[in-house]
Amino acid sequence: MRDFYGVRLPTRLMLGTAQYPSPAILAEAFRSSGACVATVSLRRESGGGQAFWEIVKQLGVRLLPNTAGCHTAREAVTTAQMAREVFETNWIKLEVIGHADTLQPDPFGLLEAAETLAGMGFEVFPYTTEDQVLAARLVEAGCRVLMPWGAPIGSGMGLNNRHGLRTLRAAFPDVAMVIDAGLGLPSHAAQALEMGFDAVLLNSAVSQARDPVTMARAFACAVEAGALAAGAGPMPVRDMAVPSTPVLGKAWL
Amino acid sequence: MRTCSRTGPGVGGSVTDVVIIGAGVAGLWAARALLARGIRPRIVDRSGGPGLQGCSWWAGGMLAPDCEGATAEPAIVRHGRAAVQAWSGVTQVHRQGTLVLAPDRDRADLATFAARTRGHIAADAAQIGELEPGLAPRHRHGLYFADEAHLDPRQALGDLVRTLEQAGVGIEQAEAVPEDFDGTVLDCRGLAAQDRLPGLRGVRGEMLILRSSEITLTRPVRLLHPRHPLYVVPRAGGLFMLGATQIESEARTGMTARSALELLSAAWALDPRFAEAEVLELGTDLRPAFADNVPRVIRCGRVLHLNGLFRHGYLMAPALAFQAADLIASGQKGDLVHEG
Repeated sequence: MRDFYGVRLPTRLMLGTAQYPSPAILAEAFRSSGACVATVSLRRESGGGQAFWEIVKQLGVRLLPNTAGCHTAREAVTTAQMAREVFETNWIKLEVIGHADTLQPDPFGLLEAAETLAGMGFEVFPYTTEDQVLAARLVEAGCRVLMPWGAPIGSGMGLNNRHGLRTLRAAFPDVAMVIDAGLGLPSHAAQALEMGFDAVLLNSAVSQARDPVTMARAFACAVEAGALAAGAGPMPVRDMAVPSTPVLGKAWL
Repeated sequence: MRTCSRTGPGVGGSVTDVVIIGAGVAGLWAARALLARGIRPRIVDRSGGPGLQGCSWWAGGMLAPDCEGATAEPAIVRHGRAAVQAWSGVTQVHRQGTLVLAPDRDRADLATFAARTRGHIAADAAQIGELEPGLAPRHRHGLYFADEAHLDPRQALGDLVRTLEQAGVGIEQAEAVPEDFDGTVLDCRGLAAQDRLPGLRGVRGEMLILRSSEITLTRPVRLLHPRHPLYVVPRAGGLFMLGATQIESEARTGMTARSALELLSAAWALDPRFAEAEVLELGTDLRPAFADNVPRVIRCGRVLHLNGLFRHGYLMAPALAFQAADLIASGQKGDLVHEG
């Protein structure tokens, strides 16, 4: 497993902290799944979120503050600076939203903010598309982790462009990559790990489930299965049937 | 942070001296429940009665346990079902049910909501038109929860105060804490008691009140939306309460432009005539909540804390008050009672 800015994570599951039925269920979802990173947003709480942030800190997992809700590089940089103070970490999940309806990242603002933040000593986890050219520029800017989307945030569609994601994974063998956004089912997470991604980050798929605690556990099982499968070397896909028992020499009755 | 004091006699046995601090929906219901058990309490409130300073003032007033069951713990649904009857003895309760709608592109959310709740029937365009003629033909898919009801929170608080006064229980104006009194104290101060209730947090809610002479809704309507869910509760005089955001923040600042935009856009999607409505109020307050968002009676020696009503003040205050009163009158310990 690749490391995340020098940190080796114990599991391959990261969870968001928004929109759970209650903080008690949020905490139980982390416990049941062994998720080892919690993303937390700063912007909407606008200075009054201490009570909730305290609950998130008490989860005892590594925190990855995000810049959710930022639409320009400047906003994202300011939010990242505030997040570093509040959560005392150089990690920042960088989101610069380019389109209000699809919440698609703005590649230009993202690159600008990533360059600025890397220069300020942040360890940037950019939320990006599967675009390889953008990925190369982000890596040049100093990003050692990439977070390509599976599908638009909150859509639950899974891995929309599997070819693009596979190509991206192959192009940057040394860069840790987390599939972020769009996952709806544990099978989507298993697919991501089978393809060689290092981890998945999800929120709605767990928080919006009828039973978030059990769904979190299901995702934990899926990422473990996917990672084992990736390590075990999947068989090649063929167009033809290949019988596992030879037909030749068998008695024809 | 103060810790739970265990000095003095515990709650239970023969109790005549009971003081309630806080005249929001929890405190007033506690008084009513005690009176029903033959105990006449004193009520002390920092403002001398319910008003703008308490989050009860800013509530929606929906008695909708089944809809809340989509995300709330089962205790809310179970106790909430008794709220309609409890409130009917106090104030005007409108038993018109709840209508739940979703925009066409979010119909999957309606199916999920239906699967996670009970007590509803599917409502097609014709039924929606029958229930709320103003919403047809714009809305064609919905759920109707016939057993739910609503009330006007401000009227309900006034009616609670009036019925208590008739029983000889007035509200004294004083800023007080439990240590100011001997005997049994019911601390119903909401978030003001945060310094002695570990884990109690404020959850910010923002709401608007609009006035329209064109809109004719007669029951609460919930519009499901993945980003900006909305409910509209009709009140007398062409008033409509739009609510409510739910933000994990204890900021006591006024409503943000974003929240106003989101709530008003959702209202416009529900019924475009809201665009012409008059904005009367923009309100913000903090709902006190525990980690599981279920209210509690917490016993600390002779002090009972009734708190954590979250977004279920009007739905859960009667049940919480009855459990506190039972604990005092007979030592009976209900499922909402915790030891501090």
